[in-house]
Formats: sequence, C-alpha cells, structure tokens
Amino acid sequence: MLQAIQPDVSLTSYLSSGHGLFLAIHVLGLICFAYIIARRLVPLLHAQRDPRFDHPVARLRNVLKFWLGQWKHPRYRTAGILHILFFSGFILLALRAFTVLIIGTSPGFAMPGLSGTRGETYEAVTDYAATIVFLCMIFAIVRRLVFKPARYAVPARFGKAHKADAVFLLALIAILMLADSLFEGARAAAALRQGVAAGINTVLSLPWIFKVVLASKSLPVVDRAYFNGYLLHEVTFYVLLCYRPFGIQFHVETSLFTVYFARLTRGTLKPVRWGVRDEELDQVKSFGVKTFEDFTWKHMLDFYTCADCGRCSDNCPANSAGRPLSPRFLSIKARDYAFKHYPMFGHAGNGKPLIGTVYSEDEIWSCTTCGACEEECPLLIENIDKIVDLRRGMVDDGNVPQSLQKPLKSLESRGNPYAKLEKKRGDWANSKEFRQNCTVKTIDKSNGAETLYFVDSVTSFDDRMQSIARATARILDHLGEDFGIMGSQEKDSGHEVRRFGEETLFMALRDHNTEAIEASGVSRIVTSDPHAYNALKHDYKDLPRVEHISQVLARGVTSGAIKFKPVANSENVHTYHDPCYLGRHNGVYREPREVLDAIPGMKRVEMARSRDRSFCCGGGGLMLFYEPKEDERIGVKRVRMAAEAGANVMVTACPFCMTNIEDAIKVAGLEGRMSVIDLAELAEQQIVRETAGAECANEIPPELVAGR
Amino acid sequence: MEILVCVRRVPDTSENEIALNVAGSDIERDDLVYSINEPDNYAVEEALQIVGRVGGKVTVVTVGTEDDEEVLRREMAMGATHGVLLTDDAFTGSDARGIAHILQAFVQKGSYDVILTGVQAEDGGAQVGGMLAALLDYPFASLVTAIEVLDGKKLKISREIEGGNKEVSEIDLPCVLSIQTGINEPRYVGMRGIRAVASVPIETYGTSELAIDSTSVGTAGAKVRRVDYFVPAATKSAEILRGSREENIDKLLELVAAKGGLK
Repeated sequence: MLQAIQPDVSLTSYLSSGHGLFLAIHVLGLICFAYIIARRLVPLLHAQRDPRFDHPVARLRNVLKFWLGQWKHPRYRTAGILHILFFSGFILLALRAFTVLIIGTSPGFAMPGLSGTRGETYEAVTDYAATIVFLCMIFAIVRRLVFKPARYAVPARFGKAHKADAVFLLALIAILMLADSLFEGARAAAALRQGVAAGINTVLSLPWIFKVVLASKSLPVVDRAYFNGYLLHEVTFYVLLCYRPFGIQFHVETSLFTVYFARLTRGTLKPVRWGVRDEELDQVKSFGVKTFEDFTWKHMLDFYTCADCGRCSDNCPANSAGRPLSPRFLSIKARDYAFKHYPMFGHAGNGKPLIGTVYSEDEIWSCTTCGACEEECPLLIENIDKIVDLRRGMVDDGNVPQSLQKPLKSLESRGNPYAKLEKKRGDWANSKEFRQNCTVKTIDKSNGAETLYFVDSVTSFDDRMQSIARATARILDHLGEDFGIMGSQEKDSGHEVRRFGEETLFMALRDHNTEAIEASGVSRIVTSDPHAYNALKHDYKDLPRVEHISQVLARGVTSGAIKFKPVANSENVHTYHDPCYLGRHNGVYREPREVLDAIPGMKRVEMARSRDRSFCCGGGGLMLFYEPKEDERIGVKRVRMAAEAGANVMVTACPFCMTNIEDAIKVAGLEGRMSVIDLAELAEQQIVRETAGAECANEIPPELVAGR
Repeated sequence: MEILVCVRRVPDTSENEIALNVAGSDIERDDLVYSINEPDNYAVEEALQIVGRVGGKVTVVTVGTEDDEEVLRREMAMGATHGVLLTDDAFTGSDARGIAHILQAFVQKGSYDVILTGVQAEDGGAQVGGMLAALLDYPFASLVTAIEVLDGKKLKISREIEGGNKEVSEIDLPCVLSIQTGINEPRYVGMRGIRAVASVPIETYGTSELAIDSTSVGTAGAKVRRVDYFVPAATKSAEILRGSREENIDKLLELVAAKGGLK
C-alpha cells in the first residue's frame, strides 16, 4: 500500500520485472492450497451428521470470547501470553500480508480505507507487530529446543515427537516476518535515499533495522533487497499456507470453525445418532464409533484443529495416574489416521475398526469423563462425546471388560449394579436410631410429596454412603420440606451406564424412572449425588426442577433457616474437593463453599487444583468396577494434593468421591492424618436445632467423622 | 464345524438372596432373577470363537419351559445361529440322566461335530455332559481350558489338573466337551442385542418329535430324587490372627504353605 502513498519509480519498475514470476507463484500457491483443503474435506463428507448450525448468536459469542479473545490461553501463563502476542500479531498483519501479496502483481494497490495517515499508522503498528511475532517465534523455538516443557513430550507408545514439525513451522513464520520486514525496510530505505518522507519512523522495529542497514547501500543493492524480500515473503507465505494442513498448525485455518461449531451445552452427551429418535434406534444397524467414518464431521474437524499443545493431557487424571489414555493423542492419532487414509493423492478411506489399531480398549475405558481436558482446551475440542461414542461401538460389538459385565447385567435385572434386591433400596431409612427422630416416607399412590429425594444406587445400598442419605433426609426434614423417596420404584439413574456406552440399558432405566417420577406427582427433585443430578438434569427430559443438596443447604444458610454451631475441633483445616459432575459439568462451585464458610470457626483452604481445575477422584459409578492399568490411583494423587494444601479434612459432595478418597487415604498411608466427609454429613452435624430433643448425631462411623 | 452347546437357565447366585421355602423342599423362587448358567456362557463363547476361526454354525439347546427361552435368546444375541427348546410336560422332574437322555434324542436328529456343555450347572452336579457322551457313545473330555481344531477331524484340548498343571490331549470328532470357566472372555450382550433376535423363531421339540418314551424321562423316569434342602450350620472355623503385623505375616505364610498354596 505504501506504493500508493509514495509512488517510487525505481522500485516499482524493479518489482514489475517480477510480475510474471509473482503471478505464477500466486496461482500455483492458491491452486495447491485449494486442492489440499478440498482433500482434507473428503473425510468430513463421509462422516456422520452433526447439526451445529443453530444458535448463531451464542456461537459468535464463543468466537469472540474463545477465538478472538483467546479466553483460555492465560491459564498457561508463558505459552498463553506468547500465543496471545502472536495471535494478535497475525490478526494485525493479515491485511498487510494480503496487500503486500497483491502489490506484487498490481503495484500501487492500497487496501481500501488504509491510505494517508490511517495507512501510515497501520503501517507503523504492523512494523512492530511483525517484530513482536518474530521475537515470539524465536522465543518459542528456544523454548521447544532448550526448555522443553514436559507436556510436549511424546511417550513412546504414542509415536514420534512432533518437535521437528513444530520448530520448522515456527521457523517458517519467523522467516515470513523477516521477509516482510526486509521488503518494508528496503522500500523505506529507497524512499529515504530519494528524499521522500517515508511514514512514521518505527525505531527498533525489524523494518527499521533493515532500513538503517540498507540506507547506506547502493540503489541496486536496495532494489535487490526489495525484490528478494518480496519473493521470499511470497514463497514463504505459500509454503506455510500449503504445509500447515499437514501438521499441528492446521488450526490456524480451522480453529475459527471449530470454535464456532463448538458444543454449546455442558454435562450433556450427544445422542447415538443425530436425527434418529429413541424409538427408531432399534433400526440403527451399528451404534457408536467403530470406524473413523463413524465420527461426526465436527469431531473430525476437532482432530484437524488439535494444536498438540498438551494442555488436555496435562490436566487428565487418567494420564497423570499412568493409565493408557492421553486425550491429546485421542486427537493426534485420529488426525494421523485421517492424513494416512485420506491422502492427497489416490484412494481414500479404509473402513477398518479403530479399536485394536488406532486406539486400545483400555485407553478408551480409562476415561473418567471428568471433563478436565475439555475445560482446558483453548480450541474447545470435545473429548467426552468421542470417548462415549467409541465405548458405544465396543458395547455394540460385545467388547466389554469382564469386570463391567456383572454390574451391567445387575443393572438390567435389579436396577442397581450391586445385584441387591429392589425391595431393599429404601432400607437405609429403616434403622432404629434414625427412625426415632426422622421418618422418610416412600411415595406411592396414597402417599404423595412435594419433593422427591432421588437417592440413587450407591447411596441407597453402600453401608458407608447410606449415612449421606440419612444426613440429606435430616436436612430436608429440618427445613420442613414435604419430601419422600421412591424406594423400590427407584432404579439407578443410569448416568454411568450411559457414559460407559450402554445406551439401550440407559434408556430403559431412564424410561422407568421418568415414569415413576411422573406418577409420584412431585414438583421438585433433590439429590445428594452429582451423577444423579447431572443425569436427571441433562440426560432425562421434562422432569420437575432438580437440585443438589448443596444448593438446598446454601439457600437455607442465606435465608437463615439453617444455622450452624461452631466447629467441634478448631484445629481442623478443611478443603473442599469439587466433584466433577457438580463443578465442571454443572458450574456449582459457589454454594458448597458458602455452606462451609457459614460454619463458625471453619478453617478452609483451597487446593492448588480446585473449581474448574479440580482433579477427579478416580471416577464414579461403573468406573468403580473397572480395573484400570495404572501406576498410582488417581484418588491417591488427589489426597496428596489436599495434604499439600495443608488440610486434614477433605469435604466433598459426592458419594463416589467419598468412596475413592476414603480408599485413597488408606492407600496413601494418611489414615489418622486425613479424613473425608460429605458436605451433607458435615452440615447436618453442625445444624443448630430448635429443640434439644430433635438433636441427634447421624450414624457416621466415629473414625470417619471430621473433628473427632 | 457344527457345534451344539447345551445351556441351562439358573437362579443367578450373584443377584439373589437365596433362601429356603418354609417346607425346606426347595429354595424360595418368588423373587428370583434367573440368568444363563455362567459356565454355559463360556461354552457358547468358545463355540463362537471356534466357528469364527474355522467356519460353521453354533446351535444352543436347552431342556425346560417357555421361561427358558430368555437364555436361548441371550446366547443367540451373542451369535448362536439357532436356538432349540426341548419342552414337554413329561420332561418335568427329570434327573440328570433324564436330561442327558432328552439331549441324546435331539443330538441324534442332527449332525454335530462337537457338543459343548458348561463345566457344571450352578444348581447341578456336572453330570449331564458325561452321561450324554456315554449315551451317544462319543468320546468325552471334562474341564477343558483350550481347544484347537486339527485338520477338521480331531481337536487338541487342554485340561487343567489339580495343582495348576496342564494336560494336553487329542480327541476324535464327534465328541462331547465340558468347558471350564475362564477359557475365554465371553462377549457382552445387552438389551439391544437381545431385542435384535427377539423375533428369530426358536425350534421346539417334545417327546413325540424326539421319539422319547415318556416313562423314561421326567419324574417317572428319575432314579435320583431330591429329599432335602438345607443351609449348613455356620461353624467357627475362621481363625483370626491377632499378633503384630510381622507375626501375622509369618503365620499367614505358614498357613498358606501348609495348604500347598506356596511352592
């Protein structure tokens, strides 16, 4: 565009001599790029449908926040700031790059709206932008080669490291910035020699350095620098453009679309097949993902978009415990598969099963669906839906670990994974001490209630977890709620059944519970199990409002209906462990903390990993029956984190977290130094009751009660 | 290779709380959950794996009533091609020999290279397989833990014998094998699989189709009759080690070694 501002006879004519060459490179570059993109789109056209064209406003908001705003990047300070710098550099330089490219074939071109002072200002800004991007690239290369952040390492089982690829691409960008600056510097130097004012003097920028160096050189040298700067810029630009779709920088092209089409809901799962109603599912020949083409086009786009940054795996509890899963390679391996079987030339497609070739069974069963990977991904790549779809494929092929088959069968025949009798589901409420001051009614035709306490299997049948049920019932009772349970009419919520890929069984459980809940006539549901909470809220349809007990407690605290007495042992330091399905999947972070902080004398610390970076306890539901190959239990890691934070009482709000953490305390050898208690249990112990007679301790085994 | 697998529907011991009825003549059956006899499930899986390697078809057969169709469907959902129900009022009350006799009549109507049974029924005594082989005059191997097909006429089979040792034998076809659990990892069958075979017809045979003399089976033909059912009295045989950790470890090792658990 500066050509337009400062027509420069010598340089323009010099550049003109290259018109033919420049035009040829343009044409060749664009044809190559168009061909490559067309080939890359081939698998997407063979993929499953995925309706993502709704809610344009919400999607644009995502683009503004996560793409243009780079929202998630600062979660990793150094890499994030670096990325924000060169991303904004690229955005700033985009216009200049196009202008420069066009100048080669039509000298004197200026981008509309960028002439005069505005053009000069833009020019000055981009001089610095190019310099910053160049420096960022050098820093990034040094970081890759010298500092080698651990999360970029590639374990041998996942193939070769991608360092060379990464460094090569970074270097290409650095060269592009150099070429651009050489071109600009030479132009400015020539103008200077001819005594023409050359815009704003961008001191210490790369173009400025080139200008200063070239100012003392003869005109032919400056001309050559100008010509070669242009040529190098153009060639590097197209090499980059055409090379990016072969590696981790493809996200430069695809990220905008991936972010725009990203899933808009949390805690939900994709249906078995988009556009197929539940009743029609029996007609669907194959469930889930078995071959690459069973993925949806959006999921394939995710594979292309993965930037291999490793943030997902860095936060993955399964990966950290040494299980054979790394969410990063879920994408990278599928991307490599796509590159191999949908090549640039020749026959496309393969159609072979992915399990056993690209992914291993254990890899796919290892996921706890905690959502840490998705929370961290700057590009909003979805992993849980893919894992669940792969599991659906394995379940459909009968390929289910032996240890999971029994509980699945019991869920089918008895409605719970422990093969307990249906009629004993409500027995937790029948213990003598409990009945003395709290009765829980079982809702039936003659016995209605306003609120349903949905207990779910583990809390109904596990001796230890039944104490959570009793605490929850007492809290509801204290609040004067008209509540009841469904007893033998309740079946497992099916939350994990669905996440383990057994959609048909899930649907049977869901339909049974939905019918029973509708028949009960309740207007509200409360649960103490975040998995049940998530299932009823997101996997079921058209149910009355669902709340977790922590929300009920928080409201009671705010309204004054619940008052707490001071903690029994003021020495105790508590820490709250966010259950994945309460926190990350449903955004309930505030309420449990409010409840804890309302207890007088409560000392509470946060673990380094808390709230949306909470670290899974090891997984609930069927995950308790799965025997993963791992170096260390996930729960043990979590318990150590609590100890590091200086806590000696872990408070959680999920029966599965309780199970895992309780076990992990023993495995970690921290018995006596660390204990765990459910928020409902703790709150119930601390509630101040009006009449002394109603006061009664819950029957938690004494050694497990915090503060004793 | 044509493989017949004899299966049975039993009360699932892991999903029921088994209790005696008031008369003490049987277990309380009102609230029971039934499922495939687990060892039979391994036999069907093994048959499917053999057919997967060398080709052929798998047929599952059971002696019982309409209620027993559910286990045939489950095994058909696993991949068995045919399901056969041998049912007749006259079959009720059969002892193991009676069941073997009914199965023998069915086997002789067809042409099977291999007949598999589970190692034992969870409510039975591992009798039918051997008796069936004898009635058919087929060779028999029990407790089989591996099967390899040799040139279509013979099988190479492994059996686990006491002490964890393995014995390898060759056996001529046709033969009867009882399959030990753990020989494979049976595939999972969910509701979806069962629904997919819900309308596949199940062949049904009674005394007349099988040409069985009704006095030789059922209660009439039974020579073994159950006379009692009882829960053994709990004994105080548990020994609790009450020493220090080191003492307990030493004592435990000693006890395990004494029982031949350590070599």
